[in-house]
Amino acid sequence: MSVRCLPAGPNALLVELEDQEAALALAAEIERHRTADWLGRVRDVVPGARTVLLDGIEDPAAVAAELTGWTVAPLPPAPAGEAVEIRCRYDGPDLETVAACWGVDPDQVPEVHTSLAHRVAFCGFVPGFAYISGLGARRAVPRLEVPRPSVDAGSVAVAGPYTGIYPRATPGGWRILGHTDAVLWDPERPRPALLAPGTPVRFTVA
Amino acid sequence: MSTVQDLGRPGLAHLAVPHAGALDRAAHVLANRLVGNPPHAATLETTIDGVALRFDSAVAIAVTGARARVLVNGEPRAWGLPVLLRPGDTVDVGPATRGVRSYLAVAGGFDVDPVLGSRSHDVLSGLGPPPLAAGTCLPVGEPQGAPAALDMAPYPAPAQVETLAVHPGPRADWLSDEGAALLFSQPYGVRPLSNRVGLRLEGRPLGRRTPGELPSEGLVWGSIQLLPDGQLVVLLADHPTTGGYPVVGVVDGSCAAACAQARPGTEIRLQPARSRPSPPDRWRA
Repeated sequence: MSVRCLPAGPNALLVELEDQEAALALAAEIERHRTADWLGRVRDVVPGARTVLLDGIEDPAAVAAELTGWTVAPLPPAPAGEAVEIRCRYDGPDLETVAACWGVDPDQVPEVHTSLAHRVAFCGFVPGFAYISGLGARRAVPRLEVPRPSVDAGSVAVAGPYTGIYPRATPGGWRILGHTDAVLWDPERPRPALLAPGTPVRFTVA
Repeated sequence: MSTVQDLGRPGLAHLAVPHAGALDRAAHVLANRLVGNPPHAATLETTIDGVALRFDSAVAIAVTGARARVLVNGEPRAWGLPVLLRPGDTVDVGPATRGVRSYLAVAGGFDVDPVLGSRSHDVLSGLGPPPLAAGTCLPVGEPQGAPAALDMAPYPAPAQVETLAVHPGPRADWLSDEGAALLFSQPYGVRPLSNRVGLRLEGRPLGRRTPGELPSEGLVWGSIQLLPDGQLVVLLADHPTTGGYPVVGVVDGSCAAACAQARPGTEIRLQPARSRPSPPDRWRA
């Protein structure tokens, strides 16, 4: 695992990895070391597409020196029982486009999508929105040229190598496969986000 | 627009929750201290226009941040000092004459229900109590301490030219040589579109060496994003937690008040931060 530590101000460090899996593995390993002396009281560990941001650290240089010597194994596939199940009605307006992208018939899209191993890579955009990896480069899908002004809450959509589920109605440029009744975001819950970084996800046909 | 703000909701960026909190943290903390509140008590943050309130009980208030006329029942009272109210008094904080955001603290703090541990409104995600509207009622907590006994509380006034100290950003190498030279040499204006998410700067476009966008990566307060049109935005309290525009510099936390109070007409200058930056953690109360 090669890491590149980039400056991000006097109290933060941006660690760049080779790929998304390495970023997730590093984020998980850092979480395990959260109370270590060298890390201090880090306020935020924010995974990105291929980076991990450490924000609110006293000594970024010391953290960078520590991390550069690390070897982190990729995360093992998650045990099936740990996955969050997302029941999805595959009735979205972009099924045909995605099918064409994948080289399958539209009615095969649910089978393809549910057969993949998905895992939350990182969150962004709005609270509770998870970028769920699993499509890989092979099934990456381009975004819409012009985003839709409003996409329903619960829409299950794909863009690039990710699946995403809109926690609430917002403009959206991703290709919509279908809909789920799962509640992605509820600030009143003990765990407000259903899908946090590292969470395995299993899509099933509703 | 007036919103309830406190010290924000740190530690949730991995779930795409912005930090939020008073944009001019020092002014918010000072207002609280003047009325005997701890720093995390919620204040009202106004934006340019001021705010008018009626208080049903006898309390101390204080207004800090952007300079503004303070009237109680139509009579001028002190800005920047504790003001004692009687039940039924109305307070009218006028438009900001200098700066953008005034902070009104009440002894006991504004006691609205917290969301994810904070009473701050975040304009990006909409979390927290909604902006004030005519008729909004705000509960007030029990005072914890006595108002400060002061004749005056010195507070630096917003300047016409603000110089922001800038640390190297993770993607500084995305700037062309010309862009890198221009970054620190040119003056910037402030665009009216600036808000709690970011301070939008206006200047000659900065050239880049690398085209396109980055895969989304985490962002910190003070990040200076280079936009596709070559303009810059300084990310503030409600900034998104991840983004794909390259961050070419990071503004030092000691410049938070300057960023919060800059308005169209303010001239902004960027300069490299000294190798020993001021207090390491701006989020320390």
